[in-house]
Amino acid sequence: MSAGPGAPAIAVRRLCKRFEDVVAVENLDLEARTGECLGLLGPNGAGKTTTLEILVGLQPPTAGEVEVLGQRWGHDDEALRARIGVSLQETRLPERLTVLEVLTLFRSFYARGREPRAVIDEVGLGDKTHTWTVKLSGGQRQRLALACALVGAPELLVLDEPTTGLDPQARLRIGDSIRAQRDGGCTVVVSTHYMDEAQRLCDRVAIIDHGTLIALGTPAELVASLGGDLVVEIEAPPGGLDAADAPGLAGVRAVRRAGDTLLLSTTDPPATLAAALDLLRARRLPVTRLATREATLEDVFVSLTGRQLRDD
Amino acid sequence: MTRPLGQLILARLREPLRQPETIFWTFFFPAVLALALGIAFRRQAPEPVTAAVVSVPGADRLAAGLRQAPEIQVEVLDAAAAERRLRQGGVTVVVFPGDPVRYRFDPTRPESRLARLTIDAAVQRAAGRRDPAAAVDEHATTPGGRYIDFLIPGLLGMNIMGGALWGIGWVIVEARTRKLLKRLLATPMRRRDFLLAHMLARLAFLPVEVVVLLGFAWLLFGVGVAGSLFSLALITILGALSFAGLGTLCASRARTLETMSGLINLCTLPMILLSGVFFATSRFPDVMRPVIRLLPLTALIDATRAIMMEGTSLFALGPEIAVLLVWGGLSYLLALKLFRWS
Repeated sequence: MSAGPGAPAIAVRRLCKRFEDVVAVENLDLEARTGECLGLLGPNGAGKTTTLEILVGLQPPTAGEVEVLGQRWGHDDEALRARIGVSLQETRLPERLTVLEVLTLFRSFYARGREPRAVIDEVGLGDKTHTWTVKLSGGQRQRLALACALVGAPELLVLDEPTTGLDPQARLRIGDSIRAQRDGGCTVVVSTHYMDEAQRLCDRVAIIDHGTLIALGTPAELVASLGGDLVVEIEAPPGGLDAADAPGLAGVRAVRRAGDTLLLSTTDPPATLAAALDLLRARRLPVTRLATREATLEDVFVSLTGRQLRDD
Repeated sequence: MTRPLGQLILARLREPLRQPETIFWTFFFPAVLALALGIAFRRQAPEPVTAAVVSVPGADRLAAGLRQAPEIQVEVLDAAAAERRLRQGGVTVVVFPGDPVRYRFDPTRPESRLARLTIDAAVQRAAGRRDPAAAVDEHATTPGGRYIDFLIPGLLGMNIMGGALWGIGWVIVEARTRKLLKRLLATPMRRRDFLLAHMLARLAFLPVEVVVLLGFAWLLFGVGVAGSLFSLALITILGALSFAGLGTLCASRARTLETMSGLINLCTLPMILLSGVFFATSRFPDVMRPVIRLLPLTALIDATRAIMMEGTSLFALGPEIAVLLVWGGLSYLLALKLFRWS
């Protein structure tokens, strides 16, 4: 039953999930290749969690096809679950059990798996082995959740926002652990709404909005799809510059606005800058801020949806 | 025992044992309750009969006559004060001297009627009545027939019920609100192992609970077990299993702890009142009795009382055992059908 080399670890076609009056996922197509780390990037409420829960067999889809590790949910689910490691959002593990006890419990569910202490060391909880979970910090709890997903030696790791709410350092640690799993041959599907994380961690990123896939590719491909690798940000007083001026500027491939700032994706930053500054000078307007930076997945998301990925 | 089941049971034993409040509610609360009730309802000297004599001419002679009877407490008051004492329950009968002597009392209260008879007998004797037949009283107060003997099996049943509904039902719903059920469902864990672990962990606590309460009752009040300890053990295990089913059923759909505590109270409070924990079910009208007898707590308490107080054998407890089996079996079947994991 195991997926051969090159076969997708996950194949989702025309997936739909409707709740009473809400459409959570609509006609989603998605494929995760065996051995890759696929990121689901999207704002809160985009349908990431619903998609992941359908993938791991916790919710039935309303319509569409879902194939996981070459198998469909509905027959011999127990065998399929044994091959998948999961970390869900908001799971609160038993408070008065120690880290080792929790992992030993989860280990007992799997016919084959890994030594709990080895997994504890791997996620960096070695000095918390005998600590009750209620006494762990947020980051340590997320690492324990990751350890629970790893202890069954899964072929597929499905992680729903494993770093949400953590400080940057804790996020980096978890990112390293996830990366190590991928390097060890495990397929990883991870959702996040941190675009820097997706960019750093994932081989490919699927951008999801309103339950639909709006872009899929390597972070580099997605950024390149903007038509330029660099972004010029110009802030001018209201009425100074607007999107209508942009197409006339040298090198500009795409343009968008964020408040008083005009963001120009460009293939030729010096030419674009010079042209923009000339235009402002001609209009006798000051420039209050000027910056040039590399394009990010955030820019991709905003250019595709016209909205910011996160409000904060 | 498969490994996952063993680990699940271990987890279910470790958590409550690390929670001081569980220890209190499970082991000490029933003992403290028994102690308080045992003290409140201990055997005392019989309550005196209380009478107020209205201070009209002849009152002093009548009061002196009443005082001849040691069990009567007499006050001499004016009519208004006597009436007030009667209303407040300070005296049970107001006596108006004269011819005829008038007794004012509430005939719906058995103790008032008793007091009236006692007072009348004293009045008649003081007036010169001679009893045609001589009589002597003999008092018999034996262990086994006291209130505490009646109460302990009731508390035991109530405790077993509460332990199962809170110890299983509440814990399952808590795991659901913590999204732990959902997380477990994403593992290859067998669902029946999870439910079975809760039941078996409960049974592991049972002997301790029963021994603490019964040992306490025996040491302090000399409450004994007339029947066989084996029968008592079997009945308590059956009761615990039956209520474990009910607890699982209550927990099968509830999404919040508020809903769950409401459900548990809805199940337990009526039974605590109806099933004879604190007073005999015979106080309820006859039409209600067949329904009351079908409640699992009634079956458990009746059977426990029969074994402890009368030494009844298990074979004579068929109906009670059947009630417990049916409740437990139906609850489990229904719970498995309705159970919601996420």
